[in-house]
Amino acid sequence: MIELRYFAWLRERVGTGHERIETDARTVAELMSELAARDEGYALAFSDPSTIRAAVDQELADLDAPIEGAREVAFFPPMTGG
Amino acid sequence: MDIRVQAGAFDMGAELNSFAAAQSGAGAVVSFTGITRDLAEGGLERMEIEHYPGMTERALAEIAAEAEARWQLAGSLILHRYGPLTPSDPIMMVATAARHRGDAFAAAEYLMDYLKSRAPFWKKEITQAGAEWVQAKEADEDALSRWSDPDERGS
Repeated sequence: MIELRYFAWLRERVGTGHERIETDARTVAELMSELAARDEGYALAFSDPSTIRAAVDQELADLDAPIEGAREVAFFPPMTGG
Repeated sequence: MDIRVQAGAFDMGAELNSFAAAQSGAGAVVSFTGITRDLAEGGLERMEIEHYPGMTERALAEIAAEAEARWQLAGSLILHRYGPLTPSDPIMMVATAARHRGDAFAAAEYLMDYLKSRAPFWKKEITQAGAEWVQAKEADEDALSRWSDPDERGS
C-alpha cells in the first residue's frame, strides 16, 4: 500500500486530498498514467504532466524517479509560496 | 535556524527584534516580509494558502541549512503562514544575521528564491467572481539558476 497526497488544483480535480492504493507502478510517471486512466477527474488532473510536480516521501522527485518501497507520493502544481 | 509554519498572525517588528537579540557576533541583520497584495484591479477578498504539512518544514529546513553552508551566517529565520489571509496581512518573513552585510543580504535573497519555488505552498485568490489558484511565474524558476554557480555568491 502506498499513501497518495494531492494538493491545490490537483486535489480539487481528483476530489480528495489523500488515499491509499495498491499499485504495480515502478516510477512516478507510471503511477501518473495509472491514475489518469481511472476516471474523468483524474484524467483532467493528470492531462498535462508538465504542470505537475511530485514528491516521493516528502522529497521533490523527477517523473522518472522510482517509487518502490516509498510510503508516500504527492502530486501538486508548481509551488507559489513567499 | 528557526523554522516556523503557522496559521496565526505574526508581528514582524517583534519577530525581528527577538531574532536580532538572539544573535551573537552579528554585525548585520537583513529581513524580508511578504505582504498579501490586492489584485491590480482590486477586489481580493482573501487569499488562502495551502501547504504540505511535514514536507513544508523539511523543505524549509533544507533551504536554510544550504544557506548556512554557503554563507557565514550567525542565524536564519523562516516564518510562513498558511490558511486564510486578507490584503495587507503579512504572509511570511525571512531574516538572516551575519558578521557583514554581504552574507546577510545574499543569504536572505537565496532563502526567498528557493522558498518561492521549492517549498510546498500554494496560493489561491478569492474574489467575488470566484477563486483562482495563483500560477507560478517562470521568473521564479529562473531566479534559482543564479545560485547554481558556486562562484556567484553575491558577497
